[in-house]
Amino acid sequence: MATSGVKLYGGRPSPYVNRVVMALEMKSVDYELVEMNPYEKSELLIKINPIHKKIPVLVHGDRPICESLIIVQYIDDAWTNGPSILPTDPYDRATARFWAAFIDDNFFPLLREMREAEEEAKRLVFEKVLEAFALLEEAFITISKGKAFFGGDTVGYLDIALGSFVGYLRLSEMLNANYKILDETKTPLLAEWAERLYSDSLVKDAMLDPQKLLESLTKFQAMPKTDSN
Amino acid sequence: MGGVKVLGLNSSFPCVRVLWALKLKGVNYEIVEENLLNKSPLLLQMNPIHKKVPVLIHKDKPIVESLLILEYIDEVWKTTYPLMPEDPYDCSMARFWAKFVDEKVVVTAFEAMKSEGEGKEVAIVAAKETLELLEKQIEGKKFFGGDEIGYLDLVVGWICLWLPAIEQVGGMKLLDSSTFPLLYQWTQCFVHIPAIHECLPPREKAVDYFQTGLNYLRSLDASKK
Repeated sequence: MATSGVKLYGGRPSPYVNRVVMALEMKSVDYELVEMNPYEKSELLIKINPIHKKIPVLVHGDRPICESLIIVQYIDDAWTNGPSILPTDPYDRATARFWAAFIDDNFFPLLREMREAEEEAKRLVFEKVLEAFALLEEAFITISKGKAFFGGDTVGYLDIALGSFVGYLRLSEMLNANYKILDETKTPLLAEWAERLYSDSLVKDAMLDPQKLLESLTKFQAMPKTDSN
Repeated sequence: MGGVKVLGLNSSFPCVRVLWALKLKGVNYEIVEENLLNKSPLLLQMNPIHKKVPVLIHKDKPIVESLLILEYIDEVWKTTYPLMPEDPYDCSMARFWAKFVDEKVVVTAFEAMKSEGEGKEVAIVAAKETLELLEKQIEGKKFFGGDEIGYLDLVVGWICLWLPAIEQVGGMKLLDSSTFPLLYQWTQCFVHIPAIHECLPPREKAVDYFQTGLNYLRSLDASKK
C-alpha cells in the first residue's frame, strides 16, 4: 500500500523517536532518519509540526504525522503487511491504549521529576516511580496472559510504548545503583521482558543501548526534556 | 451483545461524548449516576487507577477515558454509523486534534475560568489562541468528520453547551461568533442533530457543575494560605 518516501524527523536518543523506529523496524519499512535537535526550533521543525514544534514527526509522502503513539498507530494502519502492532480485539486495543497513555501521562513525568530532583527529594520520587512500575508489572501479568510480551507471542503496541524507555531505565541504574527501576526482585516479569526485547528479532536493532545513551548525554550535558512526545 | 452501562453523569461532557456515540450507533444503554464527591464502590472497582468518569461497562468489563471509549464503541459496533475516518492519515489527524482539544482547548478554557485579575486576561488570550486553531480546522467543512459528524465532532462537542457554561462561571467570553464564525456556525449545526440534542443536560446543570468545581478549588487554595 504505502510506497511513497518515509522520513522520520528526530534525535535517535529520544525514547519517543525510538517508538517510531521500533514500529518501522517491525513492519520492515524503508525510511530515512533525519536527525533533528529538538531544542533548536528550526524552520523545518516548525513547518512539519507547527502546533507543538516537537519531535518525532513522521513524514509519509508529503504528509506529516505527529505524536509518537499516534504515529505508531498510523504505521500499523498504513502498512498492513507484516505483524500487527495493535491487538485485534477492541477490548484489548482499549487496554493497550490505556496503559500507553498511563506511561506517558503518569510514569514518564515521574521519571522526569526523579531525574530533575535534588538528592533529598529524589528518593521520595523514586518510590513513586517504583509504585507506578509495579502497576505496569500487574498490567503485564494480565495482558500478556503468560506469554513473552504485552502483545502476546510477538511484540505489540504496549511493548513499544514501554520498551522505548528501557534503555533509560537501565541507564538510571548505571548512573546510580540506588535507583534501580528494572529490579528482578520487585518486578521480575518486567525485568525478564526487558531482557527479551534486546534479543527479539523484530525490535532488537531498534532498542536503545544504555552505554550509547550515556555517551550522547555526556555530549549534550543534559538528558532529553519534554521537547519530544 | 450484553448490557451496556455508563458510569457517569450527564452534566460532565466527557460522559456525554460517550452517550452521543452510543446513541448514534443505536446502542441501548443504562446510565449509572455517579456522585463525584462521594465515589461509588463500583466506580473505584471499575477505574481503580484514575477513579474518574466516564466508565463504559460492556460484557462486565470496564473501558475508561472518553477518547478510548469512543474508539472502542466504534470498533465494537462497526456496522452502524462509523465514527473514525477510514483513511489512516485522516484517522491520525482526528486523534491528533482530539488530543489537542483535551490537552489545550479544554485546559486553557478552565484556566481562564479560574484566573482572576491580570492573569485572567493572559489566560483568555491563551484560550482564544487554541480556538483559533480549531477554527482553521473546520474551514471548508460542514463538520470535522465531513458531511456527517464523526469522532472529532463528538470530542469538540463540549463547546456547544459546556463552553458557554464555563464562560458564564468565569465571567468572560471566549467563543464569540464574530471572532470565530466557522466554529460558531459548526456549534449551531451540531447542537440541532437529534442524537446530540437528546443527550444535552440543561444549561444550568453544566453551570452548576463548573461553579461547584470552582468553589471547591478556591476553598482548597484558601485553606493552604
